[in-house]
Amino acid sequence: MAMGILLIFSVSVLVFGLLYMMPGNPVDMVVDRKVSAEKKEEIAHEMGYDRPMAEQYLDWAKGILLEQDFGTSTRYKVPVWELMKERIPRSLNLCGWALFLEILIALPIGLLCAIKKDSLFDRLTVNFTLVLTAVPAFWMAALLILVFSVWLGILPISGYKGMEYYVLPVFSLVASSIAGTIRLTKAEVLEVLNERYVTTAYAKGLSSRAVMWKHVLRNALIIVTVQVFMSIPWLISGAVVTEKIFGIPGMGNLLLNSIIVQDFPVVQGVLLIIAILTVICNLLSDLVIGILDPRIRISMDGGRGE
Amino acid sequence: MNEELLKLEDLNIDYKVKGGALSAVHNVNLSIHQGEIFAVVGESGCGKTTVAHSIMNLLAGNNARIEGRILFEGKDLRTCSQKEMEQIRGQKIGMIFQNPLDSLNPVYTTGKQVQEAIMLDHVEKGAAWEKVIRLFQDVRMPDAKERVNSYPHELSGGMRQRVMIAMMLSRNPKLLIADEPTTALDVTIEAQILEILQELKKQRNTAIMLITHNFGLVAEVADRIAVMYAGEVIETGTVYEIFENPMHPYTRLLMQALPRKTKREGRLQTIEGAVPRILEKKPECRFANRCPYATERCSREEPATIRASETHAYRCFLDKGQEV
Repeated sequence: MAMGILLIFSVSVLVFGLLYMMPGNPVDMVVDRKVSAEKKEEIAHEMGYDRPMAEQYLDWAKGILLEQDFGTSTRYKVPVWELMKERIPRSLNLCGWALFLEILIALPIGLLCAIKKDSLFDRLTVNFTLVLTAVPAFWMAALLILVFSVWLGILPISGYKGMEYYVLPVFSLVASSIAGTIRLTKAEVLEVLNERYVTTAYAKGLSSRAVMWKHVLRNALIIVTVQVFMSIPWLISGAVVTEKIFGIPGMGNLLLNSIIVQDFPVVQGVLLIIAILTVICNLLSDLVIGILDPRIRISMDGGRGE
Repeated sequence: MNEELLKLEDLNIDYKVKGGALSAVHNVNLSIHQGEIFAVVGESGCGKTTVAHSIMNLLAGNNARIEGRILFEGKDLRTCSQKEMEQIRGQKIGMIFQNPLDSLNPVYTTGKQVQEAIMLDHVEKGAAWEKVIRLFQDVRMPDAKERVNSYPHELSGGMRQRVMIAMMLSRNPKLLIADEPTTALDVTIEAQILEILQELKKQRNTAIMLITHNFGLVAEVADRIAVMYAGEVIETGTVYEIFENPMHPYTRLLMQALPRKTKREGRLQTIEGAVPRILEKKPECRFANRCPYATERCSREEPATIRASETHAYRCFLDKGQEV
């Protein structure tokens, strides 16, 4: 827990500091090129960019901690939190469905591949996942748009007006990340199948179904769960590229646009949210592993009983 | 003599490997009777464990090809369906493994894993749990009432082997296959585990197939012995016959290789060479290349089984009683 807080603090310093190392100047992006240098300095003073870095950071951090104030966007002229508040649900919607479908599809396929190792089904799946891994997400997205929107015309190209607008983005997200989960599940199940306690389970007379569910899957799920938890930060950060291509104004899209126009407060806010989420998910996954694996529980309660 | 429980007839097991088939078990004939401790002795890699696993039909997926008959109470286990086999495993034949450290599932408490076995016989949950505690007491688990709630990693190797025994006894099998049950344990624990096994035999009339490479252990507990070499049973007999009057040169050399307390002088006797990997089956004595009495005939012909007594048999060209 203390580690997590320290980590968030470090990330916040980095997020805040690194932006100032970018080439360019936030003031240049809000004013016309013809504006004189004196005038620019005046604007920078108004925006507070002429103060010492440390002071700016403290102000920023204090605002977030005390008033949930992430600053004001230099581009939209509205509080950063307002911007994020309306975009987070869209990203959640997109990535939540993607994650849900991924687990729903990948777990049974991975399990089946491991049980029927070297069968036709297994070999087809392995080759197919290899292809999926090699295909970049943006290419897959473009291909989906071409086939389903342009040629077949059954799904909208971009936008976010209803559920049908999410079909292609969700599908392209699933396609790009499912291969890894399938292979991880298969590898884990294969490893567990070789464990001697599986032989023990058979030897005491359990049916193969019971062995699979209660002994094999239960152990294989430990690692898979970690994987799933670690991918949750994506839920809110959004799939940056996918959101951009399909024109869904979520967190990823906001981040990308803000970097381009050097809208510092927004970039800082979004990155900080992602960092906090990552740390929280880390903690949560540790807790869940502790529940799933009693061997780890011991080290969490301070080595008692060992 | 008691009723015959398990009978292996011309059992052959080959493993598919690169470059052919590895003959792991060759023409094995054995029978185990009710209520006896039958020891299968041999070096590492001689096929003992393969035989044990084949009885339980646990070799699937190992690329094993099995021939011959495995008769349990007169029924050939090899013709049993998956369902029928599930009825036999645990209920009729139990099995404990060499390394108790990884034979238990790390994510369930030991009590729960034993309870799971008991509940296969449609025993109600609470009653099953009480039986678990009784079983833990039977195998002399210290603090049985608390240990049922322990996870495997919280127990020592000896305790885990006790859990395994309790689990495999829980359904009162007629035969318990113990595959090197004490190899991974230290000698004091070994003695206790053996005591438990012997008690079992006496109280429940359970037959035990004890697989081991340890002749000393065999002398202590076994009723009858089969000596295996390179996948073949080369000599069978009662403990008395094997120890007093070993016939096969391999058995004799093994006896000489036993460390003795009385003789302090000299080096420990060993048998030169290692168990061969048999990739090609041909008529020969598989021990010929290490046998000090081997003749040219031994690498040409397979020796027939010679009966030294009603219970004592061996496979060698050396005549009965011939001094070597």
